[in-house]
Amino acid sequence: MNEEPVRIGVFICHCGTNIGGFVDVPAVVEYAKTLPGVVFATNNLYTCAEDGLASIRDAIKEHRLNRVVVASCTPRTHAPLFQGVCEEAGLNKYLFTFVNLREHCSWVHMKEKEKATQKAKDLVRAGVARVRLLQPQEEARIDVEPKALVIGGGISGMVAALSIAQQGFPVYLVEKESEFGGFVRNLNNLYLGGKDAMETIKPLIDKVMANANIIKCLNSRLVSVEGFIGNYNIVIDANGKEIKDKVGVIVVATGAIEYIPEGLYGYDLYENVVTLTEFEILCKKKALPKINSIAFIQCVGSRGQDKSYCSRICCNVAIKNALNVVENYQDMLGLGTGEIVEKVPVEMKAPEEILERRRRRRGRRERGEEEEEAPSPTTGKIEVTIFNRDIMAYGVEHELNYNRSREKHVRYVRYTPENRPKVYKEGDKLVIDYWHDTLKMQRKMTVDMIVLSTPLVNNPDAKELSKMLKVPLGQDGFFLEAHVKLRPVDFATDGIFVCGTAKGPADITECVFQAQAAASRATIPLARGFVQTEALTARVNPTLCTGCGTCIEVCPYKAIQKNKDGVAEVIVAACKGCGCCGATCPEGAIDLSHYTDMQLIAEAKAALQEVIE
Amino acid sequence: MERAILVIGGGVAGIQASLDLADKGVIVHLVEKEPSIGGRMAQLDKTFPTNDCSICILAPKMADCYGHPNINVMTYSEVIGLEGSKGNFRVKVLKKARYVDETKCTGCGECFQKCPTKDIPNEFEMGLTTRRAIYMPFLQAVPRVATIDRNHCKYLTEGKCGVCKKVCKRDAIDYDMKDQIIELEVGAIIVATGFDVWDPKIASEYGYGRFPNVFTAMEYERMINAAGPTGGHIKRRSDGKGPKKIAFIQCVGSRNVQLNHPYCCAVCCMHSTKEAMLAKEHDEEIKATIFYKDMRSCAKGFYEYVVRAKTDYGVEYINSDGTVQEETENHDPIVSYDVAGRPERRAFDMVVLATTLVPRPGTAELAKVLGLTLDEFGFIKSKDRILAPVETNVPGIFIAGYCAGPADIPESVAQGSAAAAKAAEVLLESRVFA
Repeated sequence: MNEEPVRIGVFICHCGTNIGGFVDVPAVVEYAKTLPGVVFATNNLYTCAEDGLASIRDAIKEHRLNRVVVASCTPRTHAPLFQGVCEEAGLNKYLFTFVNLREHCSWVHMKEKEKATQKAKDLVRAGVARVRLLQPQEEARIDVEPKALVIGGGISGMVAALSIAQQGFPVYLVEKESEFGGFVRNLNNLYLGGKDAMETIKPLIDKVMANANIIKCLNSRLVSVEGFIGNYNIVIDANGKEIKDKVGVIVVATGAIEYIPEGLYGYDLYENVVTLTEFEILCKKKALPKINSIAFIQCVGSRGQDKSYCSRICCNVAIKNALNVVENYQDMLGLGTGEIVEKVPVEMKAPEEILERRRRRRGRRERGEEEEEAPSPTTGKIEVTIFNRDIMAYGVEHELNYNRSREKHVRYVRYTPENRPKVYKEGDKLVIDYWHDTLKMQRKMTVDMIVLSTPLVNNPDAKELSKMLKVPLGQDGFFLEAHVKLRPVDFATDGIFVCGTAKGPADITECVFQAQAAASRATIPLARGFVQTEALTARVNPTLCTGCGTCIEVCPYKAIQKNKDGVAEVIVAACKGCGCCGATCPEGAIDLSHYTDMQLIAEAKAALQEVIE
Repeated sequence: MERAILVIGGGVAGIQASLDLADKGVIVHLVEKEPSIGGRMAQLDKTFPTNDCSICILAPKMADCYGHPNINVMTYSEVIGLEGSKGNFRVKVLKKARYVDETKCTGCGECFQKCPTKDIPNEFEMGLTTRRAIYMPFLQAVPRVATIDRNHCKYLTEGKCGVCKKVCKRDAIDYDMKDQIIELEVGAIIVATGFDVWDPKIASEYGYGRFPNVFTAMEYERMINAAGPTGGHIKRRSDGKGPKKIAFIQCVGSRNVQLNHPYCCAVCCMHSTKEAMLAKEHDEEIKATIFYKDMRSCAKGFYEYVVRAKTDYGVEYINSDGTVQEETENHDPIVSYDVAGRPERRAFDMVVLATTLVPRPGTAELAKVLGLTLDEFGFIKSKDRILAPVETNVPGIFIAGYCAGPADIPESVAQGSAAAAKAAEVLLESRVFA
């Protein structure tokens, strides 16, 4: 406790004419001098200018001030400046109070100078009442274990781990499957490259495998996590072997899976109705059946049909596949060598003449006789139709692909949720019965194959993981970031980050930069080597606490736990000082340091003194 | 090898990149062309899909950036030269004279109330109002200091006036200030120069510039902002009246092969939806209609946001392009569109155009200085769109935000962080990153 009598200095700013033009500043200074505990008061034209700062510094020494009030503008921009000056003069920076006379007074009362001056006096009186009761506070440093954990070995997890490793920190990369690659392992090719998808990402996998900083855990799971930023004790089941270690930060990159459209558009009934990912697998395995026409139906199970959200990527995946069908159909036909996918009764043998033409063409290309890709012999022959609600070809490449697909005669038919197309069989033919909005009539289309574009949904493991890490899932079931605009890869809990499709549908490019972003954020505490705890944290009075647990429920940062006596205990490193617990505690057992009930009540009473009297 | 990093562009992407690096102990030089950092986000009223106040969430980051001991913010400056390679770049920065001593000026505003040169179009307010020859671009500008516009200042152009010097109580005005060239040594560079709004006058079918009550979306953002030129009131240019029927037209100049903007700007569907909602919040009686090609509401919470606009705000969505004519007597714009192939016409009180967003002017010059490749639309090309989206053809130079192609705020922020990660990797590669 600070035993010496309080000696308060009050500095009132004119802010040019911003305050001085509407508030009688000298009168407020004179008034401040009359307040209990105030031993010095003055005014500055600009308190934030060097001479203004010097006046604070000098007064602290000359008048042995042990409390400082600055009445000027906004603490958001200027509090650190004035607190810094207090510290320079040897005063703990928490023995300082800011009174906002500009935004809270002069700017809103420009037409009533007398009242503005009165209000300025009220605000200064409240600030002085508060500063009298302030106590010095300390910020503690907590060491950070310079190691990271990345959960999920898909694109996002690999990129995040690689960047963390390339910034010099050891990182565990935990993947539950027996190889890295995640969802990409299902894909035929990626949007922008004609190459095989796994072939495209092979350089990345190679870099991950070659990096000694990455501790690669395949067939592995995270068993448990305890602790807080800088100090997470983790247990990994690594292919049957238990690893126990401590890491400073955690990145969640658990990805997503495809929604299964049970009961929709004949998916359960007809063999040639497949999902978008199943279609990719067929193409990848070169096991596509012989078809003359194919239709894609977009927004199956998304945008209100079952899931409320738009899955962002399916339009562009459908366009890519439509282009593949139009341009490279014969390359994906079943050759009798690939694995037969059970769902589709593939007539695995392509007509001999197509195979022969293919062999000849490949030979010509290998001999360098054919440089440019010859136009596909089937171009225009396979009818491709995409039933859609809105085509989400955002940005540059997607829109250009969309344009290209239309040039290649891919048909786009728009439907509304009120008028969804219907799928049934007539004889052995698949029929799509749909409403043509321009012709204003019901139409029928016979197709050989239907691909349903279903949304990505969060990994079924996400729920358990969210409980283990104490990080939230959103209404859509995906992990919920701290702030949708400005903190896209942070969780509200310090030290845990999220990227890729674990936080919502994203294409591969987006997964990559999100993962690099998560690596950037995650390496900040690792590079610093410590975290500075907030000085303003909740404090529990254990003699008043009944252990009801209400505070644990409301804490948004999971910073309160029960100790061995069954009463609440604050994890100082995780506490942000938001005050939710203090406001909720039914016993009044929790106070916020620097904003104690006593300090707040004194401030409020002083502000309302005139009214009370 | 230098421990420092150069960030070009002080919008939200550049700010995020700078903060991430500086928090790791890296020295960052943040070069911004305008007198204040903040970029486009500072101009926006609210942000979708949460309707957070844009400047309210950005201003703290701007302040953090300026006050950060590891960040050297150089506003009113441009990069004009580059030598060296990854790990050892030598950069020439032109620091334009602002004729105001940054260390003395407190941004009190005395000078720009007294400056006699009044009629300069205010760039920050999209020309909807004017500013003086000495000015601060906006209320929350960082740094909070005045700048003299040398092309309009009477003293600098004609040698007479000197009012600002007389009224400045801090003696911060210095008419003799000269442009400076500053040389920096850095290990890596992040380019985040953002976008500009394409001038829709070129596409005459939308009537912008011909009809007074046709606005661009950016003008509308300023108008509906409480700190904007109309104090937050939506007003017709012709008579100052508040509109009751507003049409928003999408893809103005974009998704248009003839105008060489075949791409989709990726943010306009959402900003128009937001603007339509704000109109309703502003005045219950306003009926907002959005004419669109595809409603691209495809990121987290976006589709739900559009559903909310329809159900809770009564926003009408019409799937059609729209062109604009005008009722000559009262200047009411008339939108021609089609419903299921049949042409229709409807009169509105105001039309707001979602114009194409293009790279900032000067991107090509900067790319030349830095040796970067551009795509055919002027965006800076990534090294590999799949696996290296924030890397460029020049090792050690990274990109973030709209200058690399259409991106919304969260994507720009994530790319800012991503570029920071790659830049930090460069420092480690050369073993100087402690």
